[in-house]
Amino acid sequence: MALLEIKNLTVSFDTSSGPFMAVKGIDLSIEPREVLAIVGESGSGKSVSMLAVMGLLPPSATVKADRMSFNGKDLLALDPAERRKIIGKDISMIFQEPIASLNPCFTVGYQIEEVLRVHMGMDKVQRRARAVELLTLVGIPEPTERLNSFPHQMSGGQCQRVMIAMAIACNPKLLIADEPTTALDVTIQKQILDLLMKLQAEHGMGLIMITHNMGVVAETADRVVVQYKGTKMEEADVLSLFENPKSNYTRALLAALPDNATGDRLPTVSDMLFEPAVSGAAS
Amino acid sequence: MTVVVEGKNIKRDYHVGGGMFRPARTVHAVKGVSFSVEKGKTLAIVGESGCGKSTLARIITLIDAPSAGELFIDGKKVDIAKDGLSKEMRRKVQIVFQNPYGSLNPRQKIGDILGEPLVINTDVPASERRDRAMAMLKKVGLGPEHYNRYPHMFSGGQRQRIAIARALMLNPSLLVLDEPVSALDLSVQAQVLNLLADLQDEFQLTYVFISHDLSVVRYIADDVMVMYFGEAVEYGSRDEVFANPQHSYTKTLFAATPRADVDSIKARLARKKAA
Amino acid sequence: MTDQTAGETTAATVPSGPKQRAFAEFWHYYSMNTGAVIGLVVFTLLVLVALFAPLVAPHLPDEQFRDSLLTPPAWQEGGKSMFILGTDAVGRDILSRLIFGARYSLFIGLIVVVFALSSGIVLGVLAGYFRGWVDALIMRVMDIILAFPSLLLALVLVAILGPGLFNAMLAIALVLQPHFARLTRAAVMAEKNREYVVSAKVAGASHLRMMLVTILPNCVAPLIVQATMSFSNAILEAAALGFLGMGAQPPTPEWGTMLASAREFILRAPWVVTFPGLAILITVLAINLIGDGLRDALDPKLKRS
Repeated sequence: MALLEIKNLTVSFDTSSGPFMAVKGIDLSIEPREVLAIVGESGSGKSVSMLAVMGLLPPSATVKADRMSFNGKDLLALDPAERRKIIGKDISMIFQEPIASLNPCFTVGYQIEEVLRVHMGMDKVQRRARAVELLTLVGIPEPTERLNSFPHQMSGGQCQRVMIAMAIACNPKLLIADEPTTALDVTIQKQILDLLMKLQAEHGMGLIMITHNMGVVAETADRVVVQYKGTKMEEADVLSLFENPKSNYTRALLAALPDNATGDRLPTVSDMLFEPAVSGAAS
Repeated sequence: MTVVVEGKNIKRDYHVGGGMFRPARTVHAVKGVSFSVEKGKTLAIVGESGCGKSTLARIITLIDAPSAGELFIDGKKVDIAKDGLSKEMRRKVQIVFQNPYGSLNPRQKIGDILGEPLVINTDVPASERRDRAMAMLKKVGLGPEHYNRYPHMFSGGQRQRIAIARALMLNPSLLVLDEPVSALDLSVQAQVLNLLADLQDEFQLTYVFISHDLSVVRYIADDVMVMYFGEAVEYGSRDEVFANPQHSYTKTLFAATPRADVDSIKARLARKKAA
Repeated sequence: MTDQTAGETTAATVPSGPKQRAFAEFWHYYSMNTGAVIGLVVFTLLVLVALFAPLVAPHLPDEQFRDSLLTPPAWQEGGKSMFILGTDAVGRDILSRLIFGARYSLFIGLIVVVFALSSGIVLGVLAGYFRGWVDALIMRVMDIILAFPSLLLALVLVAILGPGLFNAMLAIALVLQPHFARLTRAAVMAEKNREYVVSAKVAGASHLRMMLVTILPNCVAPLIVQATMSFSNAILEAAALGFLGMGAQPPTPEWGTMLASAREFILRAPWVVTFPGLAILITVLAINLIGDGLRDALDPKLKRS
């Protein structure tokens, strides 16, 4: 049985110029212990669809789906209180800006323990012990001392490790990582990706990687969904996607990678795409 | 070949002010970097955040003065701390920034943004400014209909084209590109890189290309300099550096860069199966 | 991300000029605030009344009707239909005085805001742009002005300059001006490090050009909001000074002065005090509502750009 299953998800936003469709009927599913990458450029709706699953969209958003179930439970039918029990415990999420995702007013330890208190109901001693264990798990040196640090005293990479520690604190069945390494340097990106893959394998989590970086996809994913302007363009396992992309859009994206440059100039997406880019000549 | 820009042992120190409880200290952002770029060539400066590459970019663009060392533009020594900056020198070096959303004045129309360098530096009459701006818009792949619009009406890639157009209005010989494509989507990135290559061919432009993205650097650069904590740990032609990196940091950087080719995916999947 | 795409689609679908589009967007946000729209309507009416005072007012403001002193409003017992809001102690029609008084109040508000805004902007831009000792000097002086209770300081200034409407306006402008200076300075400091300012510098712009042409237009939104709020503040303080006998001098039909000269009749003829008070209240409330609406309309714009 699929861990998360979404059928025909649409999300629209009310804007000053009328409704704007960010996600237009997307089907998605992820199996337990699977790494699914959702790839797309800005405006593809890749983050919005996952935020809709988490129930984190602003009130101006309208979410509709034929089916949205997690572990057999229908998320749409749950009342908000029951849904909150799942969100943050069985499904958790990490974001692009690690430093902005942590509350600057509280210590790292307090924030991790807060998660444990709310979802696991542990007592004080247990919480402290578990927090130290988690920080050790995500590879932060001197975890006991680090618990008393404030976010601004840590680097971006370390903050992202703390975010990961908080996300896996309740042993979630599914972790959604929204551009987890985009704000980080390459060497730090490598460490964080390695950490995520290690944790995913050890804990048997499902992992959804939202990214625009083809390199990250190639290094992490089992299966890939390619999105463009709120529509799913292609779904394939990672090897066949890179070896033999089916949709024109995927082919164009891969060709636009400077790594794959063959001639003097790079082929661009609008050269190869079935429809012209939005407002005429340029992107 | 003529050398357009040359730096000799350039250093830049920042004095971080001593507060009531802290003594003042000095941060060495750039620790003695030398380089030279020939006309029509591209030097890429690679490094991670805090390595001093943006500080160096500001020095080359004649925004900040170096603390020590000499900078030559078109063979002439420039020292803005001592002699100030002549209009002629100002025209020779221009810059394009990373963030296409912050680098255009939101209250100026595109036409005014492009015309501004001419207003300030030349006596060109308004009608000719307009013509030149229109021509430049066309060069960077936009149209005359964009002349009267405001920046917020454009996408990131279009704004970066406008920023490039503005930088070229004064016919500079050197263009400093500070992460010009890192904020852009992959497909747009390819278009902007192509545009930069086209413009380089047409105007014989010299580029100093600051980036953290090795795949972009490998595509666009002639020479590569790798910076690490303010020092140039590796400097050589692109092929040398990529084929045979000398410094351990360069090797780490290469190893960390994710690879999007079929062979490495196969290798990874095989490893995963074995584990 | 979604913002950006939304922007793209609107840019593509609405081809009208950028000015109209900007105004349409402004109005969209402004009109969501019902109070602000009511405030705008009231304020517009007030401005029209002030402009056409001689046509609207039933009598001259200084005309004394000796045979009807302290007449109550028309709907009360003993009221006369020719004096809708009654008359004061020397037989002047209160409605006419209020209508002509609106001219003074709006004039005071306008002049004070123009003085305070222009001097505040100059000082704030200088402080925010140059920092260092210029900043320290200007901002410490502003802090000293802010440290006084504003009405007290205005009183002291008027005492030095001599009572009168113009001096009162100067004093109020001086008291309100530090708010503009602080606000401008903060906005300039935030904008100064944006890349478009560095770009202007690389284009060779002089300090003056960067301050006035590049940076300042991007700081106007918070200043507009502050200016509306100060407008009502100025009216209020001018009325207070008038009430204390330090502002406009009788027989000027300024609302605060009217209040002051009606003090002794507060029990016998409450309408003499009530209506000027209500006029001040309604005007200030309307302008503050407008200010709120402007904040709603202009601030999200700031965040998005």
